[in-house]
Amino acid sequence: MSGPFRFDGGPIDRSVSLAFRFDGRSLSGHPGDTLASALLANGVRLVGRSFKYHRPRGVFTAGSEEPSALVELRGGAWREPNTRATVAELFDGLEAFSQNYRGSLRRDLLAVNDLLAPFLSAGFYYKTFMWPKSFWERVYEPVIRASAGLGRLSGEADPDSYDKGFLHCDLLIVGAGPAGLAAALAAGRSGARVILADEDFVMGGRLNAETHEVNGRSGADWAAEAVRELASMNRVRLLPRTTVTGAYDHGVYGALERRTDHLAAANGKPRQVLWRIYSKRAILAAGATERPIAFGGNDRPGVMLAGAVRAYANRFAVGAGQRVGLFTNNDDGWRTAADLARKGVEVAAIIDARDRESVAEVPGARIVMGGRVTATRGRHGLKEVALATGERIGLDCLAVSGGWNPNVHLTCHHGGKPVWRDGIAAFVPGDLPPGMTVAGAAGGAFTTAAALIEGHRAAVEALGELGLPADAGDAPGASDEAANVAPFWHVAESRGRAWLDLQNDVTVKDVVQAHGEGFRSVEHLKRYTTLGMATDQGKTANVGALAIMAEQTGRTIAETGTTMFRPPYTPVPIAAFAGRSRGRDFRPTRLTPSHDWAAERGAVFVEAGAWLRAQWFPRPGETYWRQSVDREVLQTRGSVGICDVTTLGKIDIQGRDAQEFLNRIYANGFATLAVGKVRYGLMLREDGIAYDDGTTARLGENHFVMTTTTVNAVLVFRNMEFARQCLWPGLDVHLISVTEQWAQFAVAGPNSRALLGKIVDPEHDISNEAFPFMACGEVGVCGGAPARLFRISFSGELAYELVVPARYGEALMEALMAAGEEFDAVAYGTEALGVMRIEKGHAAANELNGQTTARMLGMQRMVSKRKDCIGNILSERPEMNREDGLELVGFRPVNRSEELPSGAHFLSIGAEAAMANDEGWMTSVAWSPELGHSIGLGFIRNGHARIGETVRAWDGVRGRDVAVEIVSAHFLDPDGERLRG
Amino acid sequence: MIIDHPLLGPRDAQEFAILGDASLIDRPDWQAEDAAKLFHDYLHLRDNPAGEHRELWFHEQGDRSWLVVTRSTLTHEVLKVELARDVAIARGRDR
Repeated sequence: MSGPFRFDGGPIDRSVSLAFRFDGRSLSGHPGDTLASALLANGVRLVGRSFKYHRPRGVFTAGSEEPSALVELRGGAWREPNTRATVAELFDGLEAFSQNYRGSLRRDLLAVNDLLAPFLSAGFYYKTFMWPKSFWERVYEPVIRASAGLGRLSGEADPDSYDKGFLHCDLLIVGAGPAGLAAALAAGRSGARVILADEDFVMGGRLNAETHEVNGRSGADWAAEAVRELASMNRVRLLPRTTVTGAYDHGVYGALERRTDHLAAANGKPRQVLWRIYSKRAILAAGATERPIAFGGNDRPGVMLAGAVRAYANRFAVGAGQRVGLFTNNDDGWRTAADLARKGVEVAAIIDARDRESVAEVPGARIVMGGRVTATRGRHGLKEVALATGERIGLDCLAVSGGWNPNVHLTCHHGGKPVWRDGIAAFVPGDLPPGMTVAGAAGGAFTTAAALIEGHRAAVEALGELGLPADAGDAPGASDEAANVAPFWHVAESRGRAWLDLQNDVTVKDVVQAHGEGFRSVEHLKRYTTLGMATDQGKTANVGALAIMAEQTGRTIAETGTTMFRPPYTPVPIAAFAGRSRGRDFRPTRLTPSHDWAAERGAVFVEAGAWLRAQWFPRPGETYWRQSVDREVLQTRGSVGICDVTTLGKIDIQGRDAQEFLNRIYANGFATLAVGKVRYGLMLREDGIAYDDGTTARLGENHFVMTTTTVNAVLVFRNMEFARQCLWPGLDVHLISVTEQWAQFAVAGPNSRALLGKIVDPEHDISNEAFPFMACGEVGVCGGAPARLFRISFSGELAYELVVPARYGEALMEALMAAGEEFDAVAYGTEALGVMRIEKGHAAANELNGQTTARMLGMQRMVSKRKDCIGNILSERPEMNREDGLELVGFRPVNRSEELPSGAHFLSIGAEAAMANDEGWMTSVAWSPELGHSIGLGFIRNGHARIGETVRAWDGVRGRDVAVEIVSAHFLDPDGERLRG
Repeated sequence: MIIDHPLLGPRDAQEFAILGDASLIDRPDWQAEDAAKLFHDYLHLRDNPAGEHRELWFHEQGDRSWLVVTRSTLTHEVLKVELARDVAIARGRDR
């Protein structure tokens, strides 16, 4: 396509037309276009409305620093707000929408804010929405929310996928302009492992936007040839469309690669990849960003950076206007006039702030040296500028250059502070992160020739430091050109508002006002005025604002300093940080060996740590969970039940000192545990609080197997390794986690022995005499399969835990259920398990909640005082051993038909519900099908001495207040006859 | 962050779990006269240096070694990495 704004030539592929829509209008562009260049080529200048004043805004830059041209891309769940049109690659079918207006873009109802501007200056919100306090949430917040923000989120789940990846290299080169390409060629030709990343979709940086020559040919051609050569090197990885967003410790860099953003559909491929790049050395060749000059009305569509106007002309063959003017304080800006004149664009005026002789002759242009632009006119786009002399010049585009700022951002991520350099009137990198060097414009070397030489040299030096051979040849050469910038920040003669930060609508007046109100520090200035916030982070605004602040305070810019640059350099979607860790893949799900068996039988599952466990097994006709749970409990207590308890942590402990080691890990004594026996063990934290419990079996003289609770399996193992390696390195003991290796099943109920008699191979005697309560041993099952049998009981019944290698787990479940058919055996889940342990009065996670002591659990006599063990000393602290302390007891409702509230607090009858009267709390409740009423466990002051007393269980959250009787925690079989039977 | 494991070479910090100050190796004698005070201090009192700091890291996703990593809290530079077991033995811990 061509038209009044599209030139002939240039690297745009005119053989292909790409249809796209902007605010519903059908337009067209070509491969190689960005959305911004295509909009300009179609004569679209009004692109959006500004954040605060809803001023008309257009394209201001040609890169990722864009503050103004923010649009919504795509539709439905794919809608992406606040995308910079200057970096959005055009594709066929692209839908884009302007944002931040009410009504229409051209007649925005909220543009009334612009008339209210005198009242909306810096700090307006802080000062205005203070009183009355009752208005904060009811009035102010809804109003502010309705009018604030730029684009709108879709509100739907992100339908695309994102990935994370890891890359390693000798040399990471950030930026593929002249310095980056020269560095990559030098390192690549020497055989080093190189990653070259650039945020643009075409490598070459400013070489594509300028008309400089490199090695005697056009810079763009040289860049394309360099990229071809690099692509042919198998140790060089090119990452176009990749922004290096952060410099982290030890040579680690974060980078976001946009893989399919430039395509109409991702087709199942990841949209973006967040790379973690491990580099031995890095070269920052990130170039520089042009900065504007502040003058009245400098935000109008058509006012653009001079380098951007040049980039649109040279790279995209687009004229940003048909009658263009230039306002500059340096020679570089004049290049725009020269390049546009060569394209046949009318250059109407050149206003140079420097009081010196004209730099060049530009035919037809009105040249004003020492000139000032003071104001602009044009409702939706620039029509005219006014000079300080009063002269008015008709223009539809004003190209502005206030000099260039090196892109020092990554050099600051380790705390380095940029340093002011007077010669170029800009900040250059200060202290660098270890392993990083800077080359080219990023370091203040603004000429192409210098960039090529510095890039080449930086690569050769990096190779030398790494001890790699350098076979790089000579640096490429280029014609030199100097900028001769004279600092000039804002036009004092302007009467209208002069913008510094286009994205946040911060003007020169706001900075002056902030200073007047006492803000001196640049960090405070940023927070107060919002200067430099949001998607562009003030890339075009910051230094100008610093200069104004410096003027106000009478300090130099160097003394004023910059705000801290932090990662990321440009915005990174949260989705990219999440990568594949979304929804069910947020973390791994661990499945028990009998999971599939349980799922086939319709089990309801519950999360337990990372595990999924069967919660109950509904049978046909059961419509309410407790019907299933009550049946499972009654059938287990009546005959036999089977439960998968594989999730318990399992730690194999071996060594000549294994017994002594356990004696120090557990609070109770393990010095006398006989081979073939199991013992309950209680672990304390070093501060004396109860931590975890379980059983440990002695399988041999120097061989023990421990179980831990499901949730603490990893932490207990970590702590035991700490004790082994750091506290008692002289003990001969070794640990390994075997949680995954063994499948474990509880077989509980009066018929459990009879059932196991059919499973355990006959040569193993499991009679009560040969294999009593707390016995353990290695057995064979189902005709020789290796197994371990523990006679332990969590349910209070005659019970065993049978353990086989994990691969036999599902088969054993099936074998147990088949053998149990004659006993009407039942599979039970975690709910029935919980009911039975509450009936039996066993503590679990509700009781071991990090606040409880051994004494509270009734286990104080277990804590041996005759040995060293973790937590022993600090468990003796007086407050933890008060005679009137909390004690674990049972509770039942006085009115047996009432349900107990878990979490309720205990109060004496007649006491007011106040903290001062709090006597403890209910930890666990269940419906006991055996007793036919609700039961509970809880901690209450002096509990054992108060058995029989009635107190209130008060639950302020659910509005319950239940009279309860204090009873023994052992609701069933208090003497333990069942489990010894 | 990269930790140069004495046995396995440079490993990403993501593979590790951090415990904190390496002074946790110096667990007091349980039979000392003022054991309660010693254990209180051992458990709760830490230096918070600006500069060199010795920390315990556990190679949980790796070989399960506890390491003592000496690191600058100012620059994040890792100055030294030792097996915690070696450090413990050198500090006189045994059985």
